[in-house]
Amino acid sequence: MDEPSVTEPGRPERLERPERSERPVRASAEGAEVAGDAVAAEEAVAAGDAVIATRALTKRYRGGQLAVDGLDLTVPAGSVFGFLGPNGSGKTTTIRMLMGLIEPTSGTARVLGRPMPRAARAVLPRVGALIEGPALYGFLSGRDNLLRYDAADPTADPRTRRARVAAALDRVGLAAAAGKKAKAYSLGMKQRLGLAAALLQPRRLLVLDEPTNGLDPQGMREIRTLVRELAGDGTTVFLSSHLLDEIEQVCTHAAVMARGRLITQGPVAELAAGRRGRLVVTTPDTGDAARVLKERGAAGIVIAGDRVTAQPPDGDLADLNAALVAAGVRVRGFGTERASLEDAFVALTGEGFDVAG
Amino acid sequence: MSRAETAAAVRTPRPLWTFGLLRSELLTTFRRWRTLALLGVLAAVPVLVGIAVRIETGDGGSFGGPGGGGEAGGGGPAFISQVSNNGLFLVFTALAATLPFFLPMAVGVVAGDAIAGEAGAGTLRYLLVAPAGRTRLLLTKYAAVLAFCLAATLVVALSALAVGALLFPLGDLTTISGTRIGYAEGLGRALLIALTVAASLVGLAALGLFVSTLTGSGIAAMATTVGLLITVQILDQIPQLHAVQPYFFSHYWLSFADLMREPVYWDDLVRNLGLQALYAAVFGSAAWARFTAKDITA
Repeated sequence: MDEPSVTEPGRPERLERPERSERPVRASAEGAEVAGDAVAAEEAVAAGDAVIATRALTKRYRGGQLAVDGLDLTVPAGSVFGFLGPNGSGKTTTIRMLMGLIEPTSGTARVLGRPMPRAARAVLPRVGALIEGPALYGFLSGRDNLLRYDAADPTADPRTRRARVAAALDRVGLAAAAGKKAKAYSLGMKQRLGLAAALLQPRRLLVLDEPTNGLDPQGMREIRTLVRELAGDGTTVFLSSHLLDEIEQVCTHAAVMARGRLITQGPVAELAAGRRGRLVVTTPDTGDAARVLKERGAAGIVIAGDRVTAQPPDGDLADLNAALVAAGVRVRGFGTERASLEDAFVALTGEGFDVAG
Repeated sequence: MSRAETAAAVRTPRPLWTFGLLRSELLTTFRRWRTLALLGVLAAVPVLVGIAVRIETGDGGSFGGPGGGGEAGGGGPAFISQVSNNGLFLVFTALAATLPFFLPMAVGVVAGDAIAGEAGAGTLRYLLVAPAGRTRLLLTKYAAVLAFCLAATLVVALSALAVGALLFPLGDLTTISGTRIGYAEGLGRALLIALTVAASLVGLAALGLFVSTLTGSGIAAMATTVGLLITVQILDQIPQLHAVQPYFFSHYWLSFADLMREPVYWDDLVRNLGLQALYAAVFGSAAWARFTAKDITA
């Protein structure tokens, strides 16, 4: 794809840094407890600690289908929060409730410390959102689409509108295609334009529902870089995805949903912990390698083809590599395979990552 | 005090932003090809009528004067018989020709699509998350539809005025009551009639907007609104329904002709405007009740 890169530095003055969260991101176990305790949750919210806090949030659609069931979600300020679950697990319904598009059947949702949907007019101007893919006016140019969305924001200053729109287009790499009719955009360009709409103002919270849908690998990388950049500015990013590795690559925290229920939430490192990464050595001398690894205290050694995998022993892995080489093992590849969220997910749900029935 | 509150204080809504939203809405409505096509069709009607009358009356010959056509059926006065005498009558003729169907159909399309079209395209959720506010968005939509009613009527009137001036003589004109009024006053009456015709569409616009809040499909909402229009127009012709006909939004539409009487006969005109206001109030409230409580899942 020959679209310009997302990561160029020409950031406009209007996209100034939102105020940074003074407090460090809290550990998740604490977060989960806070969500369970009404008083503590109120305090945490009042202190600006939780950007999103829901209590027993439930949505039952008219057909009787329970889409979201007693959700207690806590998104700490400053985090990049991955919201994970198979298609049909209630992610989008949750996001729609958080954005005030859907009235919860019961339970409460607070966003930026204010109740939703009641405080929508105060909260939403500081929230950028990409919900279930971009939606555009095909007969308007990309620029005019953004001008329209910006005009719908009561807090947007019309005097800076054009500059902010240009800046947002620039930031997602669409400046060159700004004058083109949106119906001529490719899926990836539409996705970028949707992101640009979320970036029209400095935001305290970005809610991105499947932001890399329809993007090629280069585009995905650019979006991830952009998300990291925004998070670096102090914006909390709430990122829903059904792609585990995407969450793993950019998120500091994650929550896992399945069939409308929250299965777990916490820092990504903790979620994947308990399933330690495995050491992988690629070599033609598999027998020797296994012997050396065993001497060095590695357990659970498995030889498959030219790969030897094992639980890594304590200590610096570089020493282990040196030992292998010193023992005459011809090492082609040496490294650890991280325990994936997918492993964690399967362990948590006891099921594969398929569409809920 | 939480950071949320301090930041909220920084970014207060601007008092005039609603007008920015309305401006954006108008731009969006009138930049659509569909809107322009509808207006184009409406502009073509007076051209066709004018050319037809011109061909009928031959080269400069008179069309037989007031005795020729007389009062053609129902409430529609025979403005057409006067067109060849005075081009200004083409304005009245064109409005009388488009009001029963073309004009309300165009309004039904725009009104029916107002909310449902945005919902179908998914843009509604982004407007609401911006956040435009549901009540404001609905009011803005209604204002834009009303602007379209006015624009559509004026397009018919201006097109008729231009065609009438090109093809037929202009000058003093004879009212339905037989008195003569000057050309300037005739123009004034024409403008008044155009405004009355536009106001006649207010009720249908509210009805269409209400239908539009019921569905997520713009096409379905347009079809329903236009279908309702046709049904009501047919029912209005069935004599057995005489008792309920005064409550049909289209019942007094052709009362605009009374503005060409001397003195003006106000009764039906007032009834028409009252009925339109009633429809606007009832269906406007229904649309509001529905739209502000609706789960936006599209």
